[in-house]
Amino acid sequence: MATTTISAMPPGAWLALGALLLPLVTLRFRPVLLLGLPLVTLWLVWTLPDGSSPVLPMFDYQLVLVESDSLGRLFGIIFSLMAVAGGLFALRQKSTVELVAATVYAGGAVGVALAGDLVTLFVFWEIMALASTTVLISAGGARAVHAAMRYFFVHIFGGSLLMAGIVMNLANTGSLAVEGLDASTLGGGLILAGVLLNAAAPPLSAWLADAYPEASYSGMVTLSAFTTKAAVYVLIRAFPGTEILIAVGLFMIFYGIIYALLENDMRRILAYSIVNQVGFMVTGVGIGTEMALNGAAAHAFTHIIYKALLLMSAGSVLYQTGKRKCTDLGGLFQSMPVTMVCGVIGALSISSFPLTSGFVSKSMIGQAAADEHLMITWFLLWAASAGVFLHAGIKFPWFVFFQKDSGLRPPDPPWHMQAAMIFFAALCIGLGVWPQPLYALLPEPVQYVPYTVPHVVNMLQLLLFSGLAFFLMLPMMKRSLTITLDFDWVYRALGPRVTERTAASVAAINRRWQAVGRRRIDGVFDFLTRHMGPNSVAAQTPDSSLMVLLVVALLGVLLYLRFFVS
Amino acid sequence: MISAQLPALQVVIPLLAGPACLLLHHPRLSWALATTASWMTFLIALTLLDQVLSTGIITYAMGGWAAPWGIEYRVDEINAFVLLIISGISSITISFARNSIEYEVNEKRVYIVYAGWMLFLTGLLGITITGDVFNVFVFLEIASLSSYLLISLGQDRRALTAAFRYLVVGTIGATFILIGIALLYMMTGTLNMIDLMERIPAVSDTRTVKMAFAFLTVGIGLKAAVFPLHFWLPNAYAYAPSAISALFAGTATKVAVYLLLRFFFTIYGVEFSFEIMELDRVLLPLALAGIFVASSIAIFQKDVKRMLGYSSVAQIGYMVLGMSLVSVSGVTAAILHLFNHALMKAALFVTLGCVFFRLRSVMRDDLAGIGRKMPWTMAAFVVAGFSLVGIPLTVGFISKWYLIVAALEQQWWWLAVLVLISSLLALVYIWQVIEVAYFKPADDQSPAIKEAPVALLIPTWLLIGANIYFGIDTSLTVGVADRAARVLLGVGP
Repeated sequence: MATTTISAMPPGAWLALGALLLPLVTLRFRPVLLLGLPLVTLWLVWTLPDGSSPVLPMFDYQLVLVESDSLGRLFGIIFSLMAVAGGLFALRQKSTVELVAATVYAGGAVGVALAGDLVTLFVFWEIMALASTTVLISAGGARAVHAAMRYFFVHIFGGSLLMAGIVMNLANTGSLAVEGLDASTLGGGLILAGVLLNAAAPPLSAWLADAYPEASYSGMVTLSAFTTKAAVYVLIRAFPGTEILIAVGLFMIFYGIIYALLENDMRRILAYSIVNQVGFMVTGVGIGTEMALNGAAAHAFTHIIYKALLLMSAGSVLYQTGKRKCTDLGGLFQSMPVTMVCGVIGALSISSFPLTSGFVSKSMIGQAAADEHLMITWFLLWAASAGVFLHAGIKFPWFVFFQKDSGLRPPDPPWHMQAAMIFFAALCIGLGVWPQPLYALLPEPVQYVPYTVPHVVNMLQLLLFSGLAFFLMLPMMKRSLTITLDFDWVYRALGPRVTERTAASVAAINRRWQAVGRRRIDGVFDFLTRHMGPNSVAAQTPDSSLMVLLVVALLGVLLYLRFFVS
Repeated sequence: MISAQLPALQVVIPLLAGPACLLLHHPRLSWALATTASWMTFLIALTLLDQVLSTGIITYAMGGWAAPWGIEYRVDEINAFVLLIISGISSITISFARNSIEYEVNEKRVYIVYAGWMLFLTGLLGITITGDVFNVFVFLEIASLSSYLLISLGQDRRALTAAFRYLVVGTIGATFILIGIALLYMMTGTLNMIDLMERIPAVSDTRTVKMAFAFLTVGIGLKAAVFPLHFWLPNAYAYAPSAISALFAGTATKVAVYLLLRFFFTIYGVEFSFEIMELDRVLLPLALAGIFVASSIAIFQKDVKRMLGYSSVAQIGYMVLGMSLVSVSGVTAAILHLFNHALMKAALFVTLGCVFFRLRSVMRDDLAGIGRKMPWTMAAFVVAGFSLVGIPLTVGFISKWYLIVAALEQQWWWLAVLVLISSLLALVYIWQVIEVAYFKPADDQSPAIKEAPVALLIPTWLLIGANIYFGIDTSLTVGVADRAARVLLGVGP
C-alpha cells in the first residue's frame, strides 16, 4: 500500500536526502528543488494520518521512525512551511553549501517532530546539529567559523547529555518512548538537560546570541526557526507540567529582554529575543495544563513565522546595506518601504498586538497561568510583554527604519525576498484575525477566545503605555545614543529600582561566572599542556631501555599484586 | 571437497603468496598477486563466518593429526568475525596501496612490501584461526617480524628507529607470551586451547598458572598497545608508509585484543581471570587512563598520523573498557568496537595516504586550505572523523551506544559520563584538522594541488561507505558480536 511506504519513510528524511541533490542540478532548476522539496514535505506531513509506521528492528530495539499525531504534525507543518519561506528568501544565496545545509537542517527538524522513539529523535537531533553548524560555517570568514566551532562543541556536548539520558532511561524503564519522561530520575533529568541546552536555557543560553548573528543574511532566518523550537516540541511531548520549567522559562524571558536592551547589533537584538520568546513557551510547558501546552505549541508556531519575518527584514537590510549596527542604520523607511512594513508587522506580532498572530498565541500562556492561580508567574509574564515590546517591538524597527536619517538609500531587496516577507507578514495578520485554523491544528481542543473586550483593552493599554514611555524619553536617547544610557533609561522608566539592581547583578554574576569559567578553562589547558603537550614526559617516545624497564615494571606490579597481596 | 579445507586455505594462501611476491620481483605483478590473494582470504573468511553462523563451530585438524597431538584450527563466532575484519581491511587497503606505496617506497623495494604484507596477513590470520597456543606464538612471530620490516620501509629515516624500538619491545612481548605458554604447558601438558580450558581449573591455585597469567597479560597487552604499554605505537604508525599505517591501524592491534579476549575468557575462563585474578580491577583504570591520557596527547600532536596513533591507543582503551565490564553487553561492545574502530581508523589513515600522495606531508600546518583543493579526500576525512567522535549514522555511534548501555547496565553512570566526555576530546583533535584544512587559507607559495587519483579515492570511499552502512544496518555486526560475547562468557543465547 502506498500510504504505508510513505509513513515508513520519515518526511524529514525525504527533505534531508532531497537536499543532497541541490548541488547536482543546474542553477535554473535549483529554485524548483529548493521550493518543491519543502512543499512536498509539507504536503506529506499535512496528509499524514494519525498513527505510527511499522516498527523497524535496528540494533536490538524496535524503532518507530514516524509517529504522527496532532502535536507532531503541528510542528512538522510549521517546520516545512518555514523551509518553503526560507528557501524562497534564500533563492539567490550564492553558497550552495548553505542551501543544502539549511534544507537538511529543516529535514532534521521535521524528523524530530515526527520521530516515534528517542533513538530516531536523537539521530535527527544530531543531523540538525551538524547541518546548522554547516549553515553557520558557510557564511564564511573567521568570525563565523569560530562561532560555528563554539556552537558545534556546545551542541555535541548537549547531544552527549541527551544520549546519556536516553540510554539511562532505557536501562531503567526499558522504554524508548518520547512521552511522559520523569525529570526527577537521572535519565530523565539528563534528557531534560540536553533538550534545554538546545532551547538556549540557562546556564548555557549564550550560545544562541553568540552564534546566530554570525550567519549569512539568509542563514540566520533558517537558524532562528528550528533548533530551539524542536527543543520546545520535545519539552511539550516529554516533560509537560515539570515545574522547574516555569522558573527556567521566566529566567529566559528576562535574560532575553535585558541582553536585547543592552545590544546594538540589530540581529543580536533579535537573537536575544529568540531566547526571550522561547522562555514564554518553556514557561507554558512548565505550567502544563491543556491550555498552557496549547499555548506553548501555538506560540512556537506563530513565533517561527514572526521571528523569521523579523530576521528576513533584518537580513534584507544587511543584504542591501552590509551594516548591522543600530547606530549605523536609520531612516531606511524612505527607500525600503516593503521591508519596513513587513518588519513592523513582525514587530507588532512579537509584541502580541491585537490582530496579529502573537496576540492569539501568547495570551493563551498568560491565561493558563491565571487559570492555575500562579499569580507571580502571571504578573511576570505581563511585565515581560511590556519588555518584549520595548526591545523587539519598538527598538528594532525604530533604530533600523526610523530614528535619525543615516543617509542610506538602499532599495528594497529582490522580488523573492520581498515575496517571502509578504507571505509571512500575511500569515502574521491572517492568523491574528482568524485564529481558528491554527487552533484546529493544536493538540488539545481549544475553548479559548482571545478577543474579549477586557483582554484587548488590557493589552492595548500595556503596549500603548510602554510605547508612550519610549517616545517620551526619545529626546534623551537622541542626544546620546550609547547603549549604556539606553539600558539605564529603560530600567528607570520601568520604575522600581529593584529591577535595575537585579539586572545589574544578573549581568555582574554572569560576568563573574564567565571569568571564573574562563580561568578554569585556562587552568585546565595549562595543566594539559604541561602534562600532555609536545614537551611533556607523556608525549615523548622513551628510548628502548626505558620502554623495556616499563614493561618489566608492569609485570612486576602484576606479579606482586597476585602473589603477595591476594 | 574444497570447502572442508577452507580453514587451512585461509592461512596457506597468503603464506604462499608471500614468497611468490619475492620471486616475481616486480612492483606491479607482486601487487596484483598480493591483492588477489588478499581478496581470496576475504572471500574465505566470509564463507567461514557464514558456515559458523549457520552450522556452528568448525574444527580442522592440520595435516590430519587429531587434536592433542596435531594442531587444531578452530573457528567459532568470535574468531570468524575477526578473520573477516582482518582480511577485509587488508583487502581494501592493499587495493589502495598500489599508487601510494609506489609513491612512498623506493621502486626497487616495492615488491618487498607486498611480500611482507602477505606474511603479515598470514601471521594475523593464523593467530586468529588457530586453536593451539604454541601455534599462536609462531604466527605472532611471523606477523611481528614482517611488521618490523614493513615499518622500516617508510621513507622517513625515523622509521628505522621506530621499527627498531618496536622490535625490541615486541620481542619482549613475544618472549613473555612464550614464557606464559611454556608455564601453562608445564602445568597442564597441553597446548590445545580447549584442553587448556578444561585442565586449568584443576591447577588454578598454583603460582605457576598465575605467573603464566601475568606474563601473558603483559605480553599480549604490549602487542595490543594497552596503555601504558603503548609507547611503540605512535611512532610506528607515524613513520610507516601510509598504506601500511592503515593496515596496522585496522588489523594488528585488533588481533592482539582478540588474543586478550581468547586468553582471559576462553582459556583461563571468566572465573579465573576476573574473580581469582581480579583482572578487571587492573584493566578498568588502565583503560580509562589510556582513553584520557592518549586523547589529550593526541590533541597536541602536530603530525596528523602521529595524532591518529595516539587516538588508536585511546580507542583500544574503549575495547579494554568493554572487556573489563565482564558482561555480555560489555564484551559485545568491545567486539563491536574492534570491528568499528578498524573501519574508522583504516579510513582515516587512507585519507591521510591520499593527502600525503599530493602534499608529501601530513603535518597539520601544511594542510591549510586543502579542503577546497582535495574535496573528496577531505570530505572522507570529515566523515571518518565524525565516526571516530561517534556521531549518529556512523559506526562510531553504534560503539559508543553499546559501551554506554554496558556501563549503565552496572549502574556505573559515571563511567557513561566519562565515555561521553572522552568522545568530546576526539572531537577536539579531529576538529583541529578540519579547521586547518577548510578554514585556513593556503600558503600562496604552495604549488597547485590536485585531488587524489581515483585509484586512491575508490578504496577510501569504500571504507567510508562501510562506516556509514554499518552505522545504519547493524544486524550483521551487532548480531555476530552478541553471539561471540555469549560464546566467550559461556552463557546461552
